[in-house]
Amino acid sequence: MNEIVLDEGLSQISLLTIYAAMALLALSFLISTFQLSRLATAPTEAEQSEGSVLVRVKTEVAGLEKAATAILVVATLVLGVGVILRGLAAQRVPWANMYEFAISSAWVILMIYLMSFFLKEVRFISALVSGFSLLTLGVATNAFYVEVSTVMPALQSFWLVIHVIVAVLATSFFYIGAALHITYLVKQAGWLKSAQRGTVATAKRMLDYFPTAETLDRFAYRFVIVGFVLWSFTLIAGAIWAERAWNRYWGWDTKEVWTFIIWVLYAGYLHAKATRGWSGKRAAWLGLIGFAAVVFNFTIVNLFFEGLHVYSGL
Amino acid sequence: MTSYQQSDDQLTREENEFSSGGVKLGAVGWARWFWRQLTSMRTALILLLLLAVAAVPGSVYPQRSADPNGVRLQFDENPDQAAFLDSLQLFDVYTSVWFSAIYILLFVSLIGCVVPRTQVHYRAMRSQPVKTPVNLTRMSAHQQVANPGVGTEDARQVLRQLGYRANVEGNAVSAEKGFIRETGNLIFHYSLIGLLIAVGVGGGLSYSGQRVLVEGDSFVNNLASYDSFSPGTFFEPQGLEPFTLTLDNFDVIYDLRNQANIGNPIEFRAEVTTRTETEAVSQLLRVNHPLAVPGGNIYLTGNGFAPVITVRDGQGNISFSGPVPYLPQDGNMTSLGVIKAPDSFPEQIGFISFFYPTVDLLPSGAYTSIYPDPIDPLLTMNVYVGDLGLDSGIPRNVYALDVTNMTEVAGRNADTAGLELTVGEQVSIPGGYGTVSFDGLKRYISVDIAQNPGGTWILLFSLIALAGVTVSLMVPRRRVWVRFDNEKIEVAALARGDDPRLESVVSEVIEKLKGSK
Repeated sequence: MNEIVLDEGLSQISLLTIYAAMALLALSFLISTFQLSRLATAPTEAEQSEGSVLVRVKTEVAGLEKAATAILVVATLVLGVGVILRGLAAQRVPWANMYEFAISSAWVILMIYLMSFFLKEVRFISALVSGFSLLTLGVATNAFYVEVSTVMPALQSFWLVIHVIVAVLATSFFYIGAALHITYLVKQAGWLKSAQRGTVATAKRMLDYFPTAETLDRFAYRFVIVGFVLWSFTLIAGAIWAERAWNRYWGWDTKEVWTFIIWVLYAGYLHAKATRGWSGKRAAWLGLIGFAAVVFNFTIVNLFFEGLHVYSGL
Repeated sequence: MTSYQQSDDQLTREENEFSSGGVKLGAVGWARWFWRQLTSMRTALILLLLLAVAAVPGSVYPQRSADPNGVRLQFDENPDQAAFLDSLQLFDVYTSVWFSAIYILLFVSLIGCVVPRTQVHYRAMRSQPVKTPVNLTRMSAHQQVANPGVGTEDARQVLRQLGYRANVEGNAVSAEKGFIRETGNLIFHYSLIGLLIAVGVGGGLSYSGQRVLVEGDSFVNNLASYDSFSPGTFFEPQGLEPFTLTLDNFDVIYDLRNQANIGNPIEFRAEVTTRTETEAVSQLLRVNHPLAVPGGNIYLTGNGFAPVITVRDGQGNISFSGPVPYLPQDGNMTSLGVIKAPDSFPEQIGFISFFYPTVDLLPSGAYTSIYPDPIDPLLTMNVYVGDLGLDSGIPRNVYALDVTNMTEVAGRNADTAGLELTVGEQVSIPGGYGTVSFDGLKRYISVDIAQNPGGTWILLFSLIALAGVTVSLMVPRRRVWVRFDNEKIEVAALARGDDPRLESVVSEVIEKLKGSK
């Protein structure tokens, strides 16, 4: 095989770049949350005495939104550089251990979110996207970081490229679906709808600026179905690889078990969407449980369950 | 919009039957009621969620299929608890009665739902597009424009070009498309049935066998040659095709270039020769690159060191000689081996031995290996004499030594410390029981030879299912109507489920109508 020369120096530059991206994400997150709070304090049309107040607040909010998005775009570019440098330092795809999977996922989530601007108006979940990516990168750099290393023979396969990147993509679509499900569930919450006073009422006023619950639900469904198709593909690609590497396509390894559980949960979500009495909040909860299983699969199963998918490098 | 969905008409029909037939149910009525419950969408949903929950314990408790040693460990450490867990089939979750019950019910429910839906879908595909509703403004998307001077026949042509099935009825055109959505959905569910059958039949006809092969050794493909063998239910051992496999040489390539990575294996290369009646082929067997042999594939699954050891008994006769595969214990290949020399006189001799490829002394005085390649190899041995327990007829693990009827003559609990040997050395066993020598060092590989004839079918059904589910989730199902009224035309569209492009579909139809003039 070709000799691989690792570049730990380049990997350190990659890490610094990722820290820079985190700082930008934090800034974007703060601006997004500030923007949301401004929405909550904006006077309703009935309250305002002068029309100009509402216009002023709306302009200010739109400006904040633009700033948050612009910073998010820069953060995505910087993070992209960090991820690519990591790949160059290791001379392979940057998703062969938990740290790399996490940074790649954070990047892909941001890219999918930004690209979905062309199709749908989803900017209201900006804080959930920047916040989650920041959290992922924070955990990755603090808990999962490992120096660049060559991969063990079992991972030296073309399927590492396919199987894992599709898993990253599926995870990212599932996350944006989950973020939309969260906003949907908050918007549908009975205690929030009936709120008259206090902080809850303030939050309600903020949510009035969000799309309708039906729209949120529909958007979430769109992201989840793409995630589901990708997850089905990663399951099949994993089985093909397992047949090559371990002589069986399916062996109920802990990771295989959880991949199956996630698939079945999201299949349940899709059925719920077509079942009367289940298509609204219950389906949304199922979608969230599905994503919780994805997170569990990546963290707890990788770190604490015994199995063949030992690649965390920790 | 996803699986199990029935046409609106069908749902209404079923509801009517429910309300009218609810008064008195005979045995047949109850059976029908039960069947309808089982094949309902709600039941399918509940069964799916149950399946997800039921799969969880299999990741918590070791499974006999994936981790038999883990199960053994549970029985050793906590026999009562293990017996209890075993009585609930928690070590065989995926073949357990309760797990099987859920997925069998799920598949019965699936068949009971998909078959009637296929009939409905078939009729729908052959039927004419639905009548144009009276009030088109109530549709999800609707536009009214001045007639650019086209007629119903033009509209029908335009819609057909856009892939719709269109029908002129009076002053209106009714069109539909997207039947492939339901087709894809049905194909997905039928493929799952095919997948289940392929998994079951393939598993029954499959086999997998394990074998340890030391450098220079050959393996003849028959049942007796395997160290362990697990056949499927319908597998015939006579079906093993004749060939031999020789391990000519085995190399581990370590990373010597990258500081942080020194000593990590980057490649395992097994040079093997496979011989059939007609030809002999020398090939490279690597991880992730199985070799095809008659009736199966060979996989490289493990490797280790096999020190070549000769034991001479108290009378000077060779009572054991040959390479002994040692089991690796850590990343630096500290390895554990057991040697049994039952033909020794005056007493049978057993050894529990450690091998350190590159030895170093820990501050505690214990040995350790600091590098996985044999740079400074050392063997240590604890020696036992007495009854090896091999004559009782009970099968014994070759990697374990039962010392209950033996006396330790060299080792921690004996007067003499454990023996230490470097390559080429020979030492005496205390008490005049003989000598032992470390003659050389070989490597061994463990290989799996396996076949699952269901594999191709499983892959085929998986890919069809993937294509089916993609189509059923992504392709929209739409109805479009164009109505001509005096100088105006009305265009309306309705979709099943969410369809973000509906408005633009209406605009597109209008543009094309204008263009067709």
